[in-house]
Formats: sequence, C-alpha cells, structure tokens
Amino acid sequence: MEGNVKDEQLADLLSMWRIRALEETILQLRLDGDVVGSVHLENGQEAVAVGACRTLRPQDAVFSTYRGHGWAMARGVPAEKILAELLYRRTGVNGGRGGSAHFSAPEYGFYGENSIVGAGAPIAVGAALAAKFDGSGRVALTVFGDGAMNQGGVSEALNMAAAMDLPVVFICENNKYSELTPINDMVRNPDLSARAHALGIPAVRIDGNDAAQVATAVGLAIMTAEHGRGPTFIEAFTRRITGHYIGDAQMYRPAGELEADKKVEPIVRLKNALAAQGVAASTLEAVEQRARTEIATAAERALAAPLTDPSTAREHLYV
Amino acid sequence: MSETAKLTYGGAINAALARCLEQMPETLLFGEDVALPGGVHGVTRGLRKAYGERVFDTPISETAMLGAAVGASMMGRRPIVEIMWADFMLVAFDQIVNQAANVRYVSEGRLSAPMTIRTQQGNSPGACAQHSQNLEALLLHVPGIRVAMPSQAQDAYDLTLSAVACDDPVVVIENRTLYAGAKAEVQIGGPIAPIGGHRLRRAGDDVTVVTWGAITSSVEAAVDATGVSADVIEAVWLNPFDTDGVLASVRRTGRLMVVHEANLTGGFGAEVVARVVESGVSLSAPPIRVGARDSRIPAAVQLAKAILPQTDDIAAALRSLAAR
Ligand SMILES: Cc1ncc(C[n+]2csc(CCOP(=O)(O)OP(=O)(O)O)c2C)c(N)n1
Ligand SMILES: [Mg+2]
Repeated sequence: MEGNVKDEQLADLLSMWRIRALEETILQLRLDGDVVGSVHLENGQEAVAVGACRTLRPQDAVFSTYRGHGWAMARGVPAEKILAELLYRRTGVNGGRGGSAHFSAPEYGFYGENSIVGAGAPIAVGAALAAKFDGSGRVALTVFGDGAMNQGGVSEALNMAAAMDLPVVFICENNKYSELTPINDMVRNPDLSARAHALGIPAVRIDGNDAAQVATAVGLAIMTAEHGRGPTFIEAFTRRITGHYIGDAQMYRPAGELEADKKVEPIVRLKNALAAQGVAASTLEAVEQRARTEIATAAERALAAPLTDPSTAREHLYV
Repeated sequence: MSETAKLTYGGAINAALARCLEQMPETLLFGEDVALPGGVHGVTRGLRKAYGERVFDTPISETAMLGAAVGASMMGRRPIVEIMWADFMLVAFDQIVNQAANVRYVSEGRLSAPMTIRTQQGNSPGACAQHSQNLEALLLHVPGIRVAMPSQAQDAYDLTLSAVACDDPVVVIENRTLYAGAKAEVQIGGPIAPIGGHRLRRAGDDVTVVTWGAITSSVEAAVDATGVSADVIEAVWLNPFDTDGVLASVRRTGRLMVVHEANLTGGFGAEVVARVVESGVSLSAPPIRVGARDSRIPAAVQLAKAILPQTDDIAAALRSLAAR
C-alpha cells in the first residue's frame, strides 16, 4: 500500500514536472520571439490538472480556460503538438488556428481552451446533456478561475446542471487573483463554493496544490455523476507563481507573497514529502531531468516542423 | 485654456478621462482592473489615486457593469465603463442593445442614458479568435447607440471628451496596437466638440478612400506608395456618419473605395457604398470594398495576414480603381 502511494506520488511528480518544463519552455520561446502574443502560464497550479486528469476516463470531456496548456498535457496531448500549435506549425493540434489560448484536441478528451471568461461552463453543461442521451457515460469537467465565478454564464450553468442532474464537474481554481485584481475585493463572501452549495450542488473546498486531494475529489464527483446525482463543485485553492500573462509585472502582489507561494507550490511540496519518505535526492532529480529532456526534444521537433501554409487560412470555416 | 502635451494614444485617452473626472463631477469610471492596477493596457493609470472612489474596479461581470452604467446614467451619473476587449461586450450585449439603446426612445425622452463604453478591438499578432474581432457593424446596426473610433492621439483625446459629454450612449472603440505608439503633440484643454465629423488624412483628386480605425495608417501608406491622388477620409465617427462629407469628396473624384479591418460581408463599408450609390452621384468606376476575407481569425500570424487586409492589398485595390 505504502509503495503504491509512493509510486503514485512519483507519477504525479513526473506529470507536474512535464507541465512545468512545458511552461518554462514556452516562456523561453516567447522571450526569444518564436512564440508571439498573449500567453498564460499555469506554473504553481499543476496539481489541479494532474490530479483531475489522472482520475478522468477516456470518455470524459475537459473544457479549460486560456490557462490550459497543462490541462491538455495532463489529458495526454503530446507536448510536441502543443508547442507546435503555439509556434503555428502544421503539426500543431489545430495548425495554429487556436494558438496558446484557444486550442483543442478532442481526440484526447480535451475539448478546448476558452478565452472568454466563464464560457466553458455552459458548454460543459451541454456536453453532459449529450451524455444523458448518447449512452457514452461521459462526465464533463470544466475548470475556470475564481474571477469567472462572477460571470453570469457560470451561475446559469451551475443551476442548469443542478436542475437537470447533469454529470458535470465544475472545478474553480482559486488562485486568489482575477488577472490583476484580488478576488476577495470583488466578492463579499470569500467562500465561492457556497454559491454552488446554495444551488443544491455538493461543493467541496480542497487544497489544489495536492494532486492526491484533487484526484480524490474528482473521483467522488465522477461517482456522484455516475449515480445520476448530477454535478459537483470543487473549489481548489492554488497559487500561480508567475504573472497572469507573460509580461505581467505583478505590482498587485504584496511583498513576500510570491516567495511564500513558491515554498508551498505543488512540485516543491511533493518533492519534500517524497524526500521525507526516504526517496533519494538522485531519484527526484532524475524525475525532473526526464521531464525536461522530453520537453526539450518536443520543442526541437516542433521548431523543426513547417509553418502552416497561409493558403489554407480560410479552410474549415464551414463543412 | 488650450495647451499642447506630448502624448501617446493611450496617454491622450488618460488625459481626456482625467479631464472628464475633473470637470464633470457626475462621471464615474469603472471596469475590470481599471482602478488599482490602472488597466491591463495602463490607460487608466493614476486615475484612482487622483479621483478616489469615483474610479473603481469591478468583478468580471460585464452584464452587471453595463447594466449598472445604464441605471446610474438614468439617475444622472455619467458612467464611463471599460470593456477590456470588444469581444467581451458580447456576453452583455443585452445591456447595450435592448437596454441602453432604448432608454431615451421608449420613454419618449423622459429618460436618457449618458454613458460611455470604452473598448478596444481588432487583431494583434498572435491574438486568438476571441480577442481579434472587429465588431463595429454590430453596433452600427443599432439605432440609439453612437459609435466613435479614433486612431490618432488627438482624436483619442477629443472623441473621448465628446463621447462623455454626449447625453446618449456612446461606444468609443480604441485599438490596443496604438496605445503605446509614438508620442504626438496633442492639444488639450480646448473646447469639447459636439459628436460627428470626419478627418481628411490625405487630399487628392482621383479616388475617395473612406476608412476607420487602426487600418487608417495602412491606407495612408498605400496611398503614399502608389502615388494615387486620393482623398483619405477617416470616419472617426461612425454614428453619426458624415455622409455629406463623403459625398462631397466623391462628387469630385468619381471613385470610391472603403477599407476596414472588419469582415467584408455585412461590414459598414457596404453601407457607405450604398449611401453613395443611392445618392446618385456620378461614378466613373464601380466602388470597391476592402475588408477581412469573411473568416474567423486564426492565432497564427501568417494565417491572420492572409485574412486581414494588408497594405499591399489596399495598394493593389487602389491602383486598379484609379486605372479604371
Ligand atoms: C468575458 C470576459 N471578460 C474579461 C476577460 C479578460 N480576462 C481574461 S482572464 C481574466 C481574469 C480571470 O480570472 P480568473 O477567472 O480568476 O482566472 P485566472 O486567470 O486567475 O486563472 C480576465 C478579466 C475575458 N477574457 N472574458
Ligand atoms: Mg484567478
């Protein structure tokens, strides 16, 4: 049993390192000018994606936000295809049409990022609605931020899923900030899960920097949905240890906050936990190295691929 | 009390907003990240500090923001709301189209909604499909809403003031690629102009080019590169649109071209062409429209270029029109 837990933790560590390495590589590509435009990284929030996606089944559907590279990767989308998408290569998941903030890879159960705050929630309700009729057994998972809770469409989606007992998992990644503004300045009740609760949706507040806790919560949510009991709301507390977007000077952070957040970010925490269980430093090191090597290889391949041909620009507008 | 200051486009808007807050105590300025952070593009920097709680941050709730602007304006405030991207006004379009636009008319003039919506639109390199649209035609189809679209610092300053002073709802559509551009001499502190009118950017005899928004500079570049003798009319006000100003030019040139970054189909260019044709003014060649090639906008820069009108496309159209 103990060995199993340790193996699971090592697997989570590898998954989180893969996302971290991917995001760091994207940052470098953006600074080098290979990637252009607005890019939102999820450094520090990896445990939510990793814990959730390792619990989902192939038939399940994920709807994320613009902060979705890691969610796609946790769902199994190869890093090379994600990087190629951001680099507008033919080999990208959408050939560059989606880009960093709006790509999808349905063949991996990743139904897409969304750059309109909160817009994924009603769409996930629709994916769950389809499941009611298509026999797929699908659960729809939508992830959004704390700020998105203030978007009207999210409230509508929560209530509709509740009223119709639809199999939706709503994950609110509460990273304390909505872009440059603290969420607690924009709500009176800081307990965001209370809103779901008020609509009759089982709601939990969990440590989003612990992949195992996330996995447990999502596992329960899937069971609830499978029993026809409808949606679950998970408020996962986490912190992004990077700007809202690349280039964000983060003037809104109180002094010392970032340093404190970096001490409890999920990779550091899991490494410490594993070390405390006697896992050798060299083993932990090797996990990181493996992830970094994989991503470096993926980046080389993505960069070597040809750009999508501009003559195809208007393809796929209609059938 | 007019003086000049060296300002960027964004700085000019900031100066105009400061003057509104200073001189019109009924103004309010709000939106996402506008107050303490000073705006994601820095346009509202310093205004919270200078004007206190009349400048405030809102939740990410466009419906509540715009609805609050409608309600506050009905009660005599003069709200200025920032919608960070024009694409985001779509989640709250009801408050613009069904609510703000109707206030004066259906109350038989007993109520009004003197509110200003500041937003910005268009593509910038790498922007995704939901952050790239040019949506002015949606607004121009809605009587009751005024629409301005400045592309130069002076107009950004002047139009912002005119919009805020206007007693009807006005949407001022800015462009983020312009905010941090070169500084220009801007006359500040002069009288506030009424809404309406156009700007003549180039004067010529053979073609009339009507355009608006950030693409105006591409039109100017195309005119300069081709050497075609053209009037370039920048329609900084799209509602009210200066039809008479355009007709006066076309009467002389006999040729009309309209250029916008928005999609061609259903774009306001079609309306401009229709008005000119309907006027019966004699044309020596059929009018030409240049716009985006009816599409979603891809994030990939090389694909977006193939869809959005480039200076070369405008120049080619201009040459062919001038040759007819
Ligand atoms: C409807 C809409 N309004 C505003 C924005 C601009 N915007 C993009 S991200 C963001 C903050 C979202 O905060 P949160 O939901 O907490 O997610 P986080 O970025 O922290 O993950 C805002 C305001 C948008 N994309 N869509
Ligand atoms: Mg947040």
